[in-house]
Amino acid sequence: MIEIQNVSTSFASAAGPFTAVDDVSLHIRRGTIQGIIGFSGAGKSTLLRNINLLERPTSGRVLVDGVDLVTLSDAELRTKRHDIGMIFQHFNLLNNLTAQENVELSLKFAGVGKAERRRRAAETLEIVDLADKAGTYPAKLSGGQKQRVAIARALATGPKVLLCDEPTSAVDPRTTSSVLQYLADVNAEFGITIVVVTHEMNVIKAIADNVAVMEEGRVVEQFDLTELRRPGFHPATSIGRYLVSDEIQLDRSGRGTHTTAASEGLINV
Amino acid sequence: MFDRILEVLPEIGVAMGQTLTMLLVAIPLAVLLGTPLGVLLYTIGPNGLKHRPKLHRVLDGLVNLLRSFPFLILLIAIIPVTRFIVGTTIGTAAVIVPLTLNAIPYFARFVEQNLSQLGGGVVEAARSMGASRSQIVRDVLIVEAKPGLVSSITIMTVSFISYSAMAGLVGGGGIGDFAIRYGYYRYETPLMITAIVLMILLVTIVQLGGSYVARRLDKRL
Repeated sequence: MIEIQNVSTSFASAAGPFTAVDDVSLHIRRGTIQGIIGFSGAGKSTLLRNINLLERPTSGRVLVDGVDLVTLSDAELRTKRHDIGMIFQHFNLLNNLTAQENVELSLKFAGVGKAERRRRAAETLEIVDLADKAGTYPAKLSGGQKQRVAIARALATGPKVLLCDEPTSAVDPRTTSSVLQYLADVNAEFGITIVVVTHEMNVIKAIADNVAVMEEGRVVEQFDLTELRRPGFHPATSIGRYLVSDEIQLDRSGRGTHTTAASEGLINV
Repeated sequence: MFDRILEVLPEIGVAMGQTLTMLLVAIPLAVLLGTPLGVLLYTIGPNGLKHRPKLHRVLDGLVNLLRSFPFLILLIAIIPVTRFIVGTTIGTAAVIVPLTLNAIPYFARFVEQNLSQLGGGVVEAARSMGASRSQIVRDVLIVEAKPGLVSSITIMTVSFISYSAMAGLVGGGGIGDFAIRYGYYRYETPLMITAIVLMILLVTIVQLGGSYVARRLDKRL
C-alpha cells in the first residue's frame, strides 16, 4: 500500500545541512497497522510527513497505492491527499469551528457540496461516538474527544491511509487506550492502512502489526509484533531493546552515570 | 454656559456627522483593502505559505514608508492624489482619502500580525487535507484570526477618531476639529469640554462594541 524507497530528507540549518531522514526504505502492507518508534529527533515525524509530502523528500520515491507522489503536480497531489488522512499530537482542530464544522472542513477541501458535507460529517462523528458533541467547540472537549474529532475529520473523505503523528502523546493513559481502540476499529472495519509514529512502546505493542525502529534518521531494525511473544526473541539493536523494555531504569546508588541503561547493556528483555 | 452649548448644538451635530462619515468610509475601505495586503505580506513572508523574499522586502518597505508619514504631513503631501480621486482638496471627502491611505497599511500590519500568531498546526492539518493556498487563507487562517481581527479594527477605529481631528486643516470638519476651533482657538472651554466628552463617549462605544463582538467570536474558551 505504501512503498517508501530510498527516501532521504535534509534541511538547511545554521550549522549546515541536517539529514532528518537518511536513505529509508519501508514497505507497508495494505490494511496493516505500521508502527514507527524512536526517540525525539530520530526522524520519525519527518518520515511520516514524507508519506503525504507535507515534507518533500530530498531524494527517493514515495508510492501510495501504486502512485509515485513525488512526480505529481500540486493539484494532483492535493487530490491524492484526500485519500491520505492525518491526525496530530496536538489535534490541530480549528478553535473557532464546532466539531461538526471541523469535520466538514476536510470534505469542503475535497469539493463536496454543502448538504452532502453535513450528512457525511454527522455520519463520521457517529463512528467516533461524538454525534452528541457535533455543535460543541474544541475548547469544551476533552483531549480524547478532540483527537476523536480529528480522527473523524481525517476519515470523512474516505481515505485509504491514515497517518498518525504521536496521536496519544498529549492525552492521559486511559484516554490513550480509548483513542487507540477507535484507530483499531477503523482499521478492522474499513481496512484502512494506518501508520502510527510514537515514542511510546506500549502504544506500538497495543496496536501495531509491525514496527520500524528509527535512530538518527535511519530505520535500524524492523520486526512483526508477533515476534515479541516468541521466546528467545531479542531486538537486534540496543535502541530496539531499550524501547521494547519500555521501563525507566535509574541507578539510585547516587552514582548515576547519565547514560542510557541500554547503552550499558543492562537491559534484558 | 448651557445657553452657549445649545446655541451651537446644530454645529456639534454636523461635526459628529462628519466624524462618523470619515470613520464609516475610511475604516471599511481600510479593512477591505488592507486585509488582502496583510494576507499577502504574511503569505510571502518568511513563515508564510509561499515565501517570496524579494517581493516581500518591496511590499514590507512600502508599508513602512506609508506608515512613517506623520498624518498631518501625509494630508498635505498627497493633495494631488486627493484631487484626482475625489475632485476636491477641501472638506470631509478630501480628508477621507489620506485617512484611508494611512489606514490601509496600518490594518495590513494588524492582519499580518494576527495571522502569524496562529501557529503552524492548523495550516499543516489543512495541507494534509489537500487544501489549496487560497482555501487555507479563507477557510483556516481568516476563520481562526477573526476575533483578533475584530480587536484590531477596534484599535484602528479609536486611533482614527483621533487622527480625524486633524481634518480641520483642510476644512474637513468633525468633532475633533470643532473642539480645536471653538475650544482651543476661541477659548470657549465649555464647548471644548463638550466636544471632548462626546469623543470620549464615541471611543467608549467603539471599544465596548468591539470587545463584545470579539468576545462573541472567540471560541477558545
